[in-house]
Amino acid sequence: MILCKVLGPVISTEKHPAFAGLKLLVVQPVDEKGAAAGKSFLAVDRAVQAGEGDTVLVMREGNGIRQLFGLPLTAKWPIRSCIVGIVDEAVVG
Amino acid sequence: MYLGRVVGTVVAERKYEGLAGQKLLLVQPLDHVQAPLGPLEVAVDTVRAGNGDLVFLVGSREAALALEPSFVPVDAAIVGIVDKVAT
Repeated sequence: MILCKVLGPVISTEKHPAFAGLKLLVVQPVDEKGAAAGKSFLAVDRAVQAGEGDTVLVMREGNGIRQLFGLPLTAKWPIRSCIVGIVDEAVVG
Repeated sequence: MYLGRVVGTVVAERKYEGLAGQKLLLVQPLDHVQAPLGPLEVAVDTVRAGNGDLVFLVGSREAALALEPSFVPVDAAIVGIVDKVAT
């Protein structure tokens, strides 16, 4: 998993059914000090209700996400990144 | 998943049979301010996206899971048309 900052929501009406009812957010990978570190991407938020500016924990692995959603690993579920926690603190050393 | 802009189409007559009938589009990956992010990609379209549309895509193994049947050789699929990005 990686640390990311939530930049804001993506609004989409025409989408694959797997995304129905899921919040889709733009997230920016950050280092432990909160500085941008890498390319922004999109992640779904199913359970933690992250908001803009929050530092979050993002999982980028499809099998893990299918398990998280209680689906068989063979499910037709084209989702690859999911916010799995809101970070209170990250300390190096 | 990531944002992209549809910039063209790809026609490939001879291709793996699982790809028959799939629409292939040329997509420019974008960051959160819609600035280009790396080279163009070829993606399978699952939402009837058109040229110029702002879309979102899924990559890797999950791209194939957007298709039926899903054991096909693709690594990028357009899975939504974006109305708005509120960053």
